Amino acid sequence: MIFNRKTTEKTVHSMFFLITTVSLTVLSLIMLFLFTESIPLFETVSIKDFLFGEFWYPTDEPAEFGILSLIIGSLYVTIISSVIAIPLGLMTAIYLAEIASERMAEIVKPIVEMLASLPSIVIGFFGMVVISPLLQETFDVPIGLNLFNASLMLAFMIIPTICSLSEDAIHSVPVALKEASLALGATHLETIIKVVIPASISGICTAVILGMSRAIGETMVVLMIAGGAAMIPTSIFDPVRPMPASIAAEMAETPFGGEHYHALFATGLVLFIFTLMFNMVAAYISNKYRQVGEASL
Amino acid sequence: MNEAIIDTLKLEYTNIKSVNEKVLLFKDSGKRRRTIEQLFFMMFKVAAMINGLALIVIVSYLVINGYQSISFEFLIEAPKESMTKGGIFPCILGTLYLSCGAIIFALPIGIASAIYINEYAVQSRFLNFIRLGINTLAGVPSIVFGLFGLAFFCIVLKMGVSIIAGSLTLGIMSLPVIISATEEALKSVPDTYREASLGLGATKWQTIYKVVLPTALPGILTGTILALSRAAGETAPIMFTGAVFFTQTLPTSIFDEVMALPYHIYVLATAGINIELTRPLQYGSALVLLIMVLGMNLVAIIYRSKLRRK
Repeated sequence: MIFNRKTTEKTVHSMFFLITTVSLTVLSLIMLFLFTESIPLFETVSIKDFLFGEFWYPTDEPAEFGILSLIIGSLYVTIISSVIAIPLGLMTAIYLAEIASERMAEIVKPIVEMLASLPSIVIGFFGMVVISPLLQETFDVPIGLNLFNASLMLAFMIIPTICSLSEDAIHSVPVALKEASLALGATHLETIIKVVIPASISGICTAVILGMSRAIGETMVVLMIAGGAAMIPTSIFDPVRPMPASIAAEMAETPFGGEHYHALFATGLVLFIFTLMFNMVAAYISNKYRQVGEASL
Repeated sequence: MNEAIIDTLKLEYTNIKSVNEKVLLFKDSGKRRRTIEQLFFMMFKVAAMINGLALIVIVSYLVINGYQSISFEFLIEAPKESMTKGGIFPCILGTLYLSCGAIIFALPIGIASAIYINEYAVQSRFLNFIRLGINTLAGVPSIVFGLFGLAFFCIVLKMGVSIIAGSLTLGIMSLPVIISATEEALKSVPDTYREASLGLGATKWQTIYKVVLPTALPGILTGTILALSRAAGETAPIMFTGAVFFTQTLPTSIFDEVMALPYHIYVLATAGINIELTRPLQYGSALVLLIMVLGMNLVAIIYRSKLRRK
């Protein structure tokens, strides 16, 4: 009996270990494949030409693989959507954590969660059929599918990320700090601005960076409504072609193993490195400035 | 003597007066501060309302434009006349195959990994590094998972564009999410439960199986439903691994390619033969997808808030 139990125990343990190894292996395979499928490109195109080349003509003869305009497109979309989403997300988080009554918070929180769960294709579709004509009319621009439209739609996709993570950070500020500030005669608002936000700033930064990382990687929205022109935009109403859009649009029509195929994998690798950096910075901030008790302020 | 007292009283009086004036002044500034506070709070509230408004506008727009297209025939028929008429049954079925396939693959592996990391593995720096890696992978763009699926499942493992390749790609995308959610749920089980069970002579596996897992189950379930809904709504990972524009017949094996709802919407809205003509179909399909995904989320949200109240 005891022998049996011990064997079971050992089998179960090693089985779990095995499965964990499998899942970790599969996950690390992602990185391996991104590298091995990108490397062949750099036999013909130098890394410098690839990253800083302005011209993306993958199907021309001879083809040009410069993804600078794609990178800049991605960065613009990310920055503009953050400019919209950070204030909105942060203010909503403050409202939820500090101001709203319990009943109100119980209504607003699920709404934010539902906003997060809207499929990207639905948001892209909405931007296409509603926002695009609206932009054309109000701003009198020739193309409704442009940088601004994509950024606006992306903003509403990343607000939930920024909002819920910031809210957690604000919630974790010790009550004693707030009470001390209120007891010194500060108003609730002054307490929020001068005590609560500084105390939770690392969590808020993490939230913002993770939101940006989501914006740079989002595919369907930029594929459908960013306009798709591989050029460096000069106005907010110019069409752009961010990296994910380029990969999604071209991969289906590319013969396997060709230069273009490898170039798209290399673009994916650049995108991966961008999100990896965002995530590393977020992890670093939340680790380094983690508040341990009240004394660390 | 008396004069001295009167002098002190006078001094007291002026002191009190000046304090009074200061208090009045303070009250005045207090009023201004209150007004500013009210203004800011109003602004915060408006920001929260904008989010709600965005959700309501998007959902109601699709409902108003889409509900006429949805009929019983729409849900059970195949597309007709090169996708300009007919229903979306093959797409619904394809989406169900792909997302359920993803969960069938990701759920056992995800839960087992989380159990190992949280219950068996020795807590160390290396383990924290692995946790960081899993979190990072949860943030990798879905299109990158699509690229990986194409290179690994479709080409190296020679699965081609098929249900199995699409499901596995979606499954790997859901894996980090499921591991994190399960670990959270396992962490929330109090250690006293484990100690009580071990103290009664149960082995570690018996403790996990009979005490820890049942307690953590609701949390795991909520995480799973959310992962399932995300898998159902994703387009980018299945674009080149599982979904195609059109299939003549319904899939008969897991190595067949399928139509999927999100990809169907994308094709109709951007590359269809007549984009304007198929608008009703697009609204209808988008609404069906929205109902599926939001429905699953609503179940998870309600379930979780019930749990929290307990």
